[in-house]
Amino acid sequence: MDYELTETQLDIINLAGEIADKKIKPVRAKYDASEEFPWEIIEEMRKADLFGVYLPEEYGGLGGANLELILMSERLSQACAGIGLSALTSSLCAIPILLFGNPDQRKRYLPDLASGKKLGSFCITEPASGSDATSMGATATLEGDHYVLNGVKNFCSGGKTSETYVVFFSTNPSKGPRGISAFIIEKGTPGFSFGKKEEKMGIRCNPTYELVFENCQIPKENLLYKEGRGLHVAQGTFDLSRPGVAAQALGIAQGALNETIEYTRQRKQFGVPVSSFQAMQHMLADCATQIEASRALLYSVAKAMDKDVIPATQKAIKEGILVYDAMKKLGAKRWTKESAMVKVFCSDTAMKVTTDCVQMCGGIGYMRDFPVEKFMRDAKITQIYEGTNQVQRNEIGMMLIKEAASAARREAVAA
Amino acid sequence: MGIHIAVCIKRTPSSTSVAIDESGQIQTAGLPHGINPFDEYAIEEALRIKEKLEGSKVTIISAGAPESEDVVKAALALGADEGVVVTDPAFDGSDTMVTSLILSKTVEKLGDVKLILFGKQTNDGESGHMTALVGARLGRPSISAVRKVTDIDADSITVQRLMDDGADTLKLNLPAVVGVTKEINEPRLPSLKGKMRAKKAAIPKWGAGDIGVDAAVVGKDASPTGVVKMEPVPARTAGTAITGETPEELAKNLVEKLKETKFI
Repeated sequence: MDYELTETQLDIINLAGEIADKKIKPVRAKYDASEEFPWEIIEEMRKADLFGVYLPEEYGGLGGANLELILMSERLSQACAGIGLSALTSSLCAIPILLFGNPDQRKRYLPDLASGKKLGSFCITEPASGSDATSMGATATLEGDHYVLNGVKNFCSGGKTSETYVVFFSTNPSKGPRGISAFIIEKGTPGFSFGKKEEKMGIRCNPTYELVFENCQIPKENLLYKEGRGLHVAQGTFDLSRPGVAAQALGIAQGALNETIEYTRQRKQFGVPVSSFQAMQHMLADCATQIEASRALLYSVAKAMDKDVIPATQKAIKEGILVYDAMKKLGAKRWTKESAMVKVFCSDTAMKVTTDCVQMCGGIGYMRDFPVEKFMRDAKITQIYEGTNQVQRNEIGMMLIKEAASAARREAVAA
Repeated sequence: MGIHIAVCIKRTPSSTSVAIDESGQIQTAGLPHGINPFDEYAIEEALRIKEKLEGSKVTIISAGAPESEDVVKAALALGADEGVVVTDPAFDGSDTMVTSLILSKTVEKLGDVKLILFGKQTNDGESGHMTALVGARLGRPSISAVRKVTDIDADSITVQRLMDDGADTLKLNLPAVVGVTKEINEPRLPSLKGKMRAKKAAIPKWGAGDIGVDAAVVGKDASPTGVVKMEPVPARTAGTAITGETPEELAKNLVEKLKETKFI
């Protein structure tokens, strides 16, 4: 399908594709088994300028936005979602800084994330606070010119390999959801350490760590946006970052299908390739159709979002204001519903397609010698992180009701 | 101290299966083209030398059709500094002798080039003549089949030349001409910023007049050699499997087969 991509966008796909096929494919099984972080591939991605494709040129990026991030994520994930994730975790740190960071914070943190010199992470989850982010127990207390952080966060993707972290703490537990604030924290800050490393089902080469804060002092300038507006930062970030996860899921689905088509054409039973059986062709057809439908939705949403994000970013840089404020001034809409839709649709596609791919490959599909079982293991997380698909559906439902209510109000006013 | 390195590259078909027409000539029209794969190693080596000798400059030279601009830009995306396409209808049909004249004159026009790098051969013509011919034309030392650059400074280069029974280590005074093999390095991938820079770059095109070559001494008619005919390599026929249960039996059956076919 021709999605009318620009020459630079095609360059991103091609270069990410070269790295995926030449560098990642040969080592993906090794890193999946060892759970080691693929620094050699990170270096390749850095040299290719992949870490900054979605960031403004003013901060060392390539000047793209969501669509560029998506194209890269999708193509890398076709080879290995775990390795491709390193660019996504960094984007999940850079997006809140881009959206809600003041000009000094943007200038201070974004260039190193854009070049890949530093990796970034985002962490909101706690052992007792998952989908219900409002129940968090980690605290940040303002003492003079610094905040003192205490508590434990967990399930931090890219933990320990990252240098810059966007982390959420309660600055006022009595206020519940309105007491949560976002902070930028750098590795090496005294009082900030790493706890347990998780052993995972999929995306195994990307380390998932517990973050431990014990009287960790950070300058008060590291507050991201306003005190008590942390959930606002989180939601604003997810509105723009979820398509990245969707793209990862889409890449997983496409990667699994590519391997499966190749295998079913070679595998002979009853004297003919198994791809000649209609039962097989129908499964392949369903997989391919679901993938293309996912891609069409994802690219459309990303293109529409970028029409809001790119002018707002330019305005914010020019006027020295927050990108988030510039978006509001330009009348940008909230993308909560659409970003949830693409995440649900693409990740459900990935789970369905990879499950079917394992089925089509039969016994060999279940074995670690063959790559499709890894795609199936990697697919599962895309239905869970950055908000479970159930939470996404809640958000879509909530937005539908809000939209209907405001339409009804408009009608009432008009009448 | 840096040096000026020129890398000569050719735009060739990316495909390995190329059709040969009735007149015995290669048909390349319509095929996807790219940098001759062997030349990618020469570009990479030039970039590595540039990184080692601070202040060095890498200039890409590509002689051929105007479309050669594509491969020059691809080399700029990898990190080369400048490039030039040497193209003129008068050059059409030049053999390797004449092409070496065109390249030598181009290098001379660049002026301060200390090192000229080539890939071992091209994947279309496959002659592998150019390193030696350009070296002879310029009156400079030249070495083909270099598998490693062990040392380089502003005045000399030390290289390992691949031989049938190992490798020679040779030191050449600069300026020199060096042809490299695939063993020498692993070519890098381009960067996105490099690609964007390359797209914006203006690549000069030099014709016969620009490099001071008389149109009468270039092209097909001025070429002392010509390709008479090309033929596809016949497909290899299936071999004969020697069967047998034990090594002794296998050996016996093999000898019988060799006798039967009158090899022994």
